[in-house]
Amino acid sequence: MGAPNPPLPARGTAVSTLPAFTTLVTEIDTGDTAWLLVSSALVLLMAPGLALFYGGMVRSKSVLNMMMMTFGALAVILVLWTLVGYSLAFGDDIGGGVLGNPLQYAGLGQLLSPEADVVGTVPAILFAVFQGLFCVITGALVSGAIADRARFGAWLVFIGAWTLLVYAPVAHWVFDFSAGDHVGGWLANQVGVIDFAGGTAVEICSGASGLALALVLGKRIGFGRDPMRPHNLTLVMLGAGLLWFGWFGFNAGSALGAGHKAAVVFVTTLLAGAAGTLGWLVLERFRDGKATSLGAASGMVAGLVAITPSGGSLTPIGALLMGGVAGVVCAAAVGLKFRFGYDDSLDVVGVHLVGGLIGTLGIGLLGTSAAPTAVDGLFYGGGVTQLGKQAIGAAVVLVYAFVVSGALGYAVERLIGFRLIPEHEVSGIDLAVHGETAYDFHTVTGGRAGGHGILRSLSHPEED
Amino acid sequence: MKLVTAVVKPHKWDEVRAALETVGVAGMTVSEVSGSGRQKGHTEVYRGAEYDVTLVPKVRIEVLVDDHDVDDIVRTIVSAARTGRIGDGKVWVVPVDSVVRVRTGERDEDAL
Repeated sequence: MGAPNPPLPARGTAVSTLPAFTTLVTEIDTGDTAWLLVSSALVLLMAPGLALFYGGMVRSKSVLNMMMMTFGALAVILVLWTLVGYSLAFGDDIGGGVLGNPLQYAGLGQLLSPEADVVGTVPAILFAVFQGLFCVITGALVSGAIADRARFGAWLVFIGAWTLLVYAPVAHWVFDFSAGDHVGGWLANQVGVIDFAGGTAVEICSGASGLALALVLGKRIGFGRDPMRPHNLTLVMLGAGLLWFGWFGFNAGSALGAGHKAAVVFVTTLLAGAAGTLGWLVLERFRDGKATSLGAASGMVAGLVAITPSGGSLTPIGALLMGGVAGVVCAAAVGLKFRFGYDDSLDVVGVHLVGGLIGTLGIGLLGTSAAPTAVDGLFYGGGVTQLGKQAIGAAVVLVYAFVVSGALGYAVERLIGFRLIPEHEVSGIDLAVHGETAYDFHTVTGGRAGGHGILRSLSHPEED
Repeated sequence: MKLVTAVVKPHKWDEVRAALETVGVAGMTVSEVSGSGRQKGHTEVYRGAEYDVTLVPKVRIEVLVDDHDVDDIVRTIVSAARTGRIGDGKVWVVPVDSVVRVRTGERDEDAL
């Protein structure tokens, strides 16, 4: 991640921008490292944030499963990322810029040297887990498209395969910059796509993957007929707030340093969230009659999605425009699923795919050479060159993620069964799949009145 | 003995309770319920999708009364619950065979 211009110093090579009389350094900068440590923890906080955001939006009978899809993805992806995912994404290219060497950093044990294993000015092993957490958020985002109806084990199998076959290659293409004798991916280096923190790899990728899965799994029973109201909008708003907080780690952390670039991206991230909120609310007020809390939370996220690739390329006013446009357009786009009849339950397409496209393509329009990534878009006299590069990046990632995720989802459905049986879907996936219910509103008798207390201890069974 | 059941608008239930107290009724069972009648429900919009919410929240009040108090109590409830607008609810009366007060074992009229 980070800006492609100038490229990141390679692992263990000199920082070439230092004055000539300085000795060559591969040293860790403690300030930069401190910021990336904090940023990594902030990105991790986005996982429970997303779980709350999504969990509040489903019906009360499926909130636990909704949250578990995020927590399950978190666990599976971090394990696979350590074993082989990071190498696939950030190992030396095995040819054509398509994939990293899967064995180069397998297990991450190769990154334990404090002198040699440095990316820029931060420890490579920290860079590795920071990137792994990006994969976690992207994978968890996909689950919003298949609320209420996916078997949990099948979801874990899918998201594991998706990590290795969809996310890791895409991250290699757009995030892995060539430097020194390290050869990275093709979209970042050959094409010159600007994707600061993941408009393509995170937002478009999750949106396209979600759309594919929604089509493979089919609509929820009663979609378009039964009311499927969000069961707890206070959770949604709390989750959205946590996402925004974590997003500072996601975006400003992608500067990989505690400097001016991080500061600029911090500000653009703040402004785009605010403008996105207003954009969505204004459209709602005039189209639907009322400004809603769900609209505020959704608009905030839409603005943040759009600023994710573009946070390093815009002026503050540009960030306001970007966020505002994303808020309005995404608010209009969430209705598409009813028109075209696909059940993207929590609008991963309407918010993340559409918002990701706005942010990725918007760099080609609103990008300015005054900002850290230093590229002029169309509105700043830069012509359509960068817009063309952005369009290539967006289209390639969209098509790849859609096709491969769809194939993976189909394979999982055929091999082990992805979709829950109708009876369990109607009665509630929480109880059917996890053996739990989220809420007990009965103060005296308990949720299942007439039960007989603890039947037996499964962890310490009594001897007969 | 009769069981008087009233389904009223939520914001009127407190007035109904106060009015019942003034005519000497202290005991009642109250529950929050939802239902539909001539009053239309309302619509809610989530991310641009409009949902028709047909069930309207109401409060159900149940009172066990002596036969000769029934008319008074029904009149009291109706006047306290009425707003004159659609959706004010209903009051109905059904006969009750027997009643026992759990604490004392008193039966029927003595148990009211």
